[in-house]
Amino acid sequence: MGGLTGEIVTNSLSDVLPAVLLILGLSVALTLVVYVIMSRVFHSKNALAYGLFAPAAVGLLVFVLYPFVFNILIAFSNWRLQNLKNPSFGLEYGWANLQRIFYDPQLQAAGPLLNTPESTFPVLFGRTMIWTVVNVVFHVLGGMGLALLLNRPLKLRGLYRTLLIIPWAIPQVIAALAWRGEFNGTYGFINIMLTRLGLVAPPWLQDPAWAFLAVIIVNVWLGIPFMMVVILGGLQSIAGEYYEAAEIDGASRSQQFRAITLPLLRPVLGPAITLGVIWTFNNFNIIYLVTNGGEPAEQTNILVTALYNAAFGFSRYGFAAMFSLVIFAILFAFAYGWIRYSGALKGVYES
Amino acid sequence: MTTDSRSIEITQAQLTVSDRVRLFFVRPRGDSPFRSLWINALLIVACVIAIYPALRVFTISLRPNDQLFSTSLDIIPKDATLLNYNRLFTDKNFLVWIWNSLMVTVFVSVLGVSMAATSAYAFSRFRFRGRNVSLLFLLTTQMIPAGMLLIPIYLFLARVGLLDTYKGILLAYVVSSIPFSIWILKGYYDTVPVDLEEAAMIDGASRIITFLRIILPLSTPALAIVFLFNFMQSWQEFPVAYQIVQRKELLWTWPLGIKAMQGQFQTEWGMYAAASFMIMIPVLALFLYSAKWLISGLTLGSVKG
Repeated sequence: MGGLTGEIVTNSLSDVLPAVLLILGLSVALTLVVYVIMSRVFHSKNALAYGLFAPAAVGLLVFVLYPFVFNILIAFSNWRLQNLKNPSFGLEYGWANLQRIFYDPQLQAAGPLLNTPESTFPVLFGRTMIWTVVNVVFHVLGGMGLALLLNRPLKLRGLYRTLLIIPWAIPQVIAALAWRGEFNGTYGFINIMLTRLGLVAPPWLQDPAWAFLAVIIVNVWLGIPFMMVVILGGLQSIAGEYYEAAEIDGASRSQQFRAITLPLLRPVLGPAITLGVIWTFNNFNIIYLVTNGGEPAEQTNILVTALYNAAFGFSRYGFAAMFSLVIFAILFAFAYGWIRYSGALKGVYES
Repeated sequence: MTTDSRSIEITQAQLTVSDRVRLFFVRPRGDSPFRSLWINALLIVACVIAIYPALRVFTISLRPNDQLFSTSLDIIPKDATLLNYNRLFTDKNFLVWIWNSLMVTVFVSVLGVSMAATSAYAFSRFRFRGRNVSLLFLLTTQMIPAGMLLIPIYLFLARVGLLDTYKGILLAYVVSSIPFSIWILKGYYDTVPVDLEEAAMIDGASRIITFLRIILPLSTPALAIVFLFNFMQSWQEFPVAYQIVQRKELLWTWPLGIKAMQGQFQTEWGMYAAASFMIMIPVLALFLYSAKWLISGLTLGSVKG
């Protein structure tokens, strides 16, 4: 093991730097070309806007929209490891993939990976719902509680806030793997402490229910600081006069909370919860790393980890692509329904 | 503030014990002593829960190999040693992994933030055709399930021979945080008064000059936050890098490295902890240093509207 040599540094830089400069150069050129064409040829008064957005737009077209469309194509194929070089495309393959998701009692065609009764679509969907709701509820409650405490006139407030942000600041991969170690039945601190207190030491990562509880604990621990920071920012923007006026009128603390704090936090909480729901639903890292890819026996998978396993554990690309489209449809319908219902993003378009 | 501190000086002489306790934890005009004790106790418990797992990583990193499997809860283990740290540099390509991560992350963040900074200006100040559709599209990209785009990108990279290359990771990462960055920056630009730019334009400045000379400097905090978000996201990205470069150890980013050490759950456990601790500390420092901006930046974008 030689470690980091000058050769590695120069080789990697000479590999990447030209690509980076090329992207930068193309971006500037694209901006200029689009600007000139829009202003000279189309006489648009928004020419500069098109020019400024052009590089990102092209990037998103190439690296998001094109893969997205390609993914739809893959969903209508029998692409898998066995025919990596010459997959066949056709509606019938798409239909078969779709059937495997919903009608196969055990998703058997997806390969042995998704072969347990616990990996059927309804079970995965239900588990994802529980995962999302429980996490977001605890994130908001925990974040709100801590933010309210921190919003009191405390001498050590800065210190508390700094320490409480730490779970957010630790890279997720490290946090997840560290917790995986600490959920070890014998040598993890959780069971050491429980044993010393004379309590039962649960088989955390061996039993599906305990393992699922373990990943929820980890994700709640990780997610509270974000909500706390967002809510604290919102609390601090509420003028103290409201509370003084309410106090003069004889309102109790809980009345003040419901009549002043909650309504005024709405513009902050709405987008934060929306993002929180999407991020949690989509959270791959924690479950995959803490349970080592859904152990025991696929019984801690949520939709996105099952998807990753189907695609890259067993190289069932066609099936996985169709599966991903179904998950996308769920998330899309859910998110837009929620946004419309809650008006969480109202004002973004007008402003 | 000033009146508060003066009132402390006046009363300092006749303090009772409970006043002293209260003054230690609470600013004047705060809660009752009992209440403040309670609040502080709750917060201290929360802080312990927040820090303890990180502290344990440090503890395990100091353990000699024969004590890795120990049920001790001592923070500094018996026979503490730095051997695990040492072995990272001699037995593992630790520095290579860090270098790979750092290089990819810096390039991706610079590209991503510069594209997002200009795009967000277009969305904030212009009502161009396709604006609303584009904003909706940006929002929709956030709903793409993890791993979905990786399937086509993986198959594409395989076909053009870019698997197991730095360019492969770079291409897979480069636009991933642009939508989120545009949203945050647009929200921030919206709060900068248009009058500032109009005044400059009356003096003959062009739109691009006002963007570069007025908007960008005023948005430094937001740009810093967005850079930090981009940086954090690529710096700790695992699933994409895992599929693209896992076959070549010299191309690994650090998450792949520590995952490999942790996976074996043998003597590597100590090295895993040492690596985690070394990676964690600079990130923590950076994050805590910028915490103030983070708070204002996150809410500024969303409060508006």
